[in-house]
Amino acid sequence: MELLKKYPKLFQWFFLLIVFFALCFAIDVPETYKFIRGQAEFIKDPNQSTYTLFGKEVRYYAFDVLWRLPPLLGWLPIWVNDSLFFLLNEWMPMEFWNEDLQEYKTRPLVLQITRNITALMTFLIELIREILLGGVKTVVAFTSWDWIDKNPWAELPGLPWTIVAAGAVILGYKLSGKGLAIFAGLVMVYISVFGQWKPSMQTLSFILVAAPLSFIFGLTLGVMAYKSKRVEKALYPLLLVMQTMPQYAVLVPAMVLFGIGDHAAVIITMVVAIPPMILLTLLGLRAVSPEVIEAGKMSGCNNWQLMTKVLIPTARRDILIGVNQVIMVCFSMAVIAAFIGAKGLGWNLLLALNQLNIGLALEAGLCISMIAILLDKMSLAWANKQEDYFGNLTFFQRYKNTLFFAGAVLIGIILSYVGSFYLKDGYNYLYEVPHNKGISTAAFWNKGVDWIWDTFFQTLKIFNTWLITEVLQPMRALYLRMPAVATVVLVVGAGYIIGGIRSALVTAGLVLFIALSPWWDRALVTTYMATFGVIASCTIGLTVGTLCQQNKYTTKFMLAVCDIFQTFPSFVYLIPVMMLFGVTDTSVLIAVIVYATIPATRYTIEGLRSVPPALHDAASMSGVTKFQRLINIEFPIAFPHMMLGVNQTIVFALFMVIIGAFIGTEDLGQYILKALSDKAGGGKGLILGICVAFIALIFDNLIRTWVQKRKKHLGID
Amino acid sequence: MADAVIKCDSVYKIFGANAKKMLQEANGNVDAKTFQENGCIVGVNNASFEVSKGEMLVVMGLSGSGKSTLLRCISRLTDATDGKIYIEGQDLLSLKNKELIELRRNKMGMVFQSFALLPHKTVLENIAFPLQIKGIKTEDSINKALDMVKLVGLEGRENYFPRELSGGQQQRVGIARSLAVEPDIWFLDEPFSALDPLIRKEMQDEFLRLQEKLKKTIMFITHDFDEALKLADRIAIMKDGIIEQLDTPARIVLNPATEYVKKFTEEVPREKVLKIEDVMEKPNKENLSDLKVSKDEIIENVAEKILTQEKSVAVTDESNKIVGTVRPSKIIHTVFGGRKNNS
Ligand SMILES: Nc1ncnc2c1ncn2[C@@H]1O[C@H](COP(=O)(O)OP(=O)(O)OP(=O)(O)O)[C@@H](O)[C@H]1O
Ligand SMILES: [Mg+2]
Repeated sequence: MELLKKYPKLFQWFFLLIVFFALCFAIDVPETYKFIRGQAEFIKDPNQSTYTLFGKEVRYYAFDVLWRLPPLLGWLPIWVNDSLFFLLNEWMPMEFWNEDLQEYKTRPLVLQITRNITALMTFLIELIREILLGGVKTVVAFTSWDWIDKNPWAELPGLPWTIVAAGAVILGYKLSGKGLAIFAGLVMVYISVFGQWKPSMQTLSFILVAAPLSFIFGLTLGVMAYKSKRVEKALYPLLLVMQTMPQYAVLVPAMVLFGIGDHAAVIITMVVAIPPMILLTLLGLRAVSPEVIEAGKMSGCNNWQLMTKVLIPTARRDILIGVNQVIMVCFSMAVIAAFIGAKGLGWNLLLALNQLNIGLALEAGLCISMIAILLDKMSLAWANKQEDYFGNLTFFQRYKNTLFFAGAVLIGIILSYVGSFYLKDGYNYLYEVPHNKGISTAAFWNKGVDWIWDTFFQTLKIFNTWLITEVLQPMRALYLRMPAVATVVLVVGAGYIIGGIRSALVTAGLVLFIALSPWWDRALVTTYMATFGVIASCTIGLTVGTLCQQNKYTTKFMLAVCDIFQTFPSFVYLIPVMMLFGVTDTSVLIAVIVYATIPATRYTIEGLRSVPPALHDAASMSGVTKFQRLINIEFPIAFPHMMLGVNQTIVFALFMVIIGAFIGTEDLGQYILKALSDKAGGGKGLILGICVAFIALIFDNLIRTWVQKRKKHLGID
Repeated sequence: MADAVIKCDSVYKIFGANAKKMLQEANGNVDAKTFQENGCIVGVNNASFEVSKGEMLVVMGLSGSGKSTLLRCISRLTDATDGKIYIEGQDLLSLKNKELIELRRNKMGMVFQSFALLPHKTVLENIAFPLQIKGIKTEDSINKALDMVKLVGLEGRENYFPRELSGGQQQRVGIARSLAVEPDIWFLDEPFSALDPLIRKEMQDEFLRLQEKLKKTIMFITHDFDEALKLADRIAIMKDGIIEQLDTPARIVLNPATEYVKKFTEEVPREKVLKIEDVMEKPNKENLSDLKVSKDEIIENVAEKILTQEKSVAVTDESNKIVGTVRPSKIIHTVFGGRKNNS
């Protein structure tokens, strides 16, 4: 009884668990129940029940309501689809001037808008792409095909790779000095020598459009949300969902609206990259101290100056994190968007993975990752750049970078010109090393994979089989064995205990949406994989983070490692695991664990680091050992921050589980992937994505509420 | 007064959603308690005063008494709920946004309690900031900023970032920044509170030295009575948004207008406030010592000299005419007597 009085929550949790297990045992598995592989909407099975809502017929397998709720939201995807179709093809037809046909045509408004956006994006991408690689489309856009036929000289030749490389080196030097210049040079030479030039430049042109646009839109919207409470309120729920929505899921509706190709990829990338930018901008602006704003006003700033010269620069740290996120997302999407036809490295990577050519995939993946790290470092350096007012610069010093670049252009042109004489019959390597004509290490890697398979086949296989039969399958069965009602009670009860009525209502809304969708079973499978990943990641992250935190240098090192790993596009993680474990669930789970360990480690380190040093000393003075101090003082104080890390870990894990569908899983992700190739998949993809987002949001809500209370209790914040 | 630079005429500032309406209903009789019960917080309550050219007005009061709010009203960082404010005869509240910006760019400077430096700019850039905002050429503004750096004694640290400076140094930057546009009116909101006593004293001396040179019209907020005495021409004492008394330091100490002011000034060492003229007697025929003191001396500064005398000391005015006498016993009484425990 003493114990209960001391910890009333403990009793509540205990009670909740009893209720949960009682429900689990009381509600039997229906005899007809099996994990359904097909999709209810397509199979006509006499055993199915149907209901009709808004004129949409929904078919499903009916079970005891306590076991599985009927999919009352099953009409939603169909309805979303029809609405999209209606918007695109029938709503508000209007007259538009058609350039090509030189006449007015009737077109629905939304279709016209999407076509205009498409044209703009395509133009921008082509422009950059043709500067880098050469081509005619940009010139044609201003003139016509006939004109270019008559004037073939106007075709953009594309820059020789030497010039681009020199440009990158000079830019790196200008932004941050020798280190970055050398790195830029290495990356460029690597790309070229390994024959990845063309796809790299394609990817780069895609990113050079998507990243700045995302940055500008994100910043603008963030500023607007900062200035107006109403904008913020309207944006906030959208941002929350978008932040937790797997990137795959956005592909499908965007494909419906914008078709396939690079332009659609850019638009999707923006949709994914803008929300974190908005959030971080808002966060940063909010944190600017009111006195700094007043100081700006007293200096005579008008509103524009106040925003651009005081607020935004002062909020720079958070905005920079936003930029970093934008770049990360862009590269991540560069691969994922290949599913809807984005050209470049991502496409090659997917292709190679599909053919199980691990070596090629590795090369492409390395390329993407290196460009990602380079751009990340450059953007950081750019933002941190300081102006020098003292230098009494000569003309040469002032314009030396421009001069160097001009020189590089000249030399580059001469080189490629000379090259065209000497390397007449083969390829002009001084102009561009063609794709797959550079040095390739693919064969080496593939041999390596073979060797690993030959040598460790037995060990790997034993491990694999053991994991699948002894751990994964039982765990999955347990998850599927949970009656819907019991799960809902568990989640809502947890919400109530942690955050009171409000949290209970929010979590109830989220979990019911999933339970009433046609994909409850898939959601359970997704959750089981994510759970496994999160538990493993947190264990590893906590251990590694704590160990590294004991020493200043290892801390720094680990954070740097986290930084670099975070810059890798998520898809890249699939390469090495497929190398080792082939196409199995194990591969997916290991990718999940590796990927999700990053935030777990980072937040552990940051949390432990935030423990005030005064407390350390106080503890040491009272004579505790290092270990006791860790257990009794540092962990409790760092715990709230570490829980935020767990939150991130969950989001990361879910993302990777969904991406794992590419290897072959049976969860929500697989359905999203299927929706991609389904003509009427738009609605389905969206709702599936929302389901995944909601899984993440349930945990997000619980953890955040708990952290807030705990922080208040500990008096931090 | 003809040369009033700042003039406030029953200024009110009340925070809260329906502040305006409540103020109208109260009809000038604002009571902080009733307002608070209705969800409004009274920041400034019926403030009327003038500050003339070259004068330094020090505003004092406990935390939350509305000092900063008053200053914000006069610099129009917040809009006063009611009342009139004139800056050099211009009606501040009727200024358009553009005119207000012009006014701030040319006439006003402000120093903040927590320094409020721009973290991404160096010392030099911070100081040059108001100039660059005005649209002055980079080279000129940097030159001007370099002068300012010299003025506040930060040579050699032009390229440091605020985070690399100590509190005192940061506040010097704040002061230099506020002076860069050569404002006529200078607002200082607890500029030295965040500094430790030694540095504070140093900064006060420097501040006085600057003011001697620059002769600006100043409103200065502080918690610290010693600081107020050291700097002020006049002191305003605020409580719950009301200016309880506004007068010279000596008169505030000698004739506190309200109970609150009396309590507030009880602990103040009189010898630091009062001048000889405040304690002298009519000249009479008695035997005087050889010592003569000016009537404008602060007692503290001459007390030791007077106390070495046995006879009364003659008090002179500017033209060295004897205008009164002061007895050593009177000094003893002023310094040690008259306080609450031994009067
Ligand atoms: N923006 C605001 N909204 C609501 N109330 C405010 C606001 N700013 C100040 N107040 C209130 O107005 C009153 C006066 O505040 P002010 O900042 O002027 O005090 P102060 O005398 O400067 O105190 P301190 O010495 O602590 O700086 C306080 O009760 C404060 O809570
Ligand atoms: Mg204040």
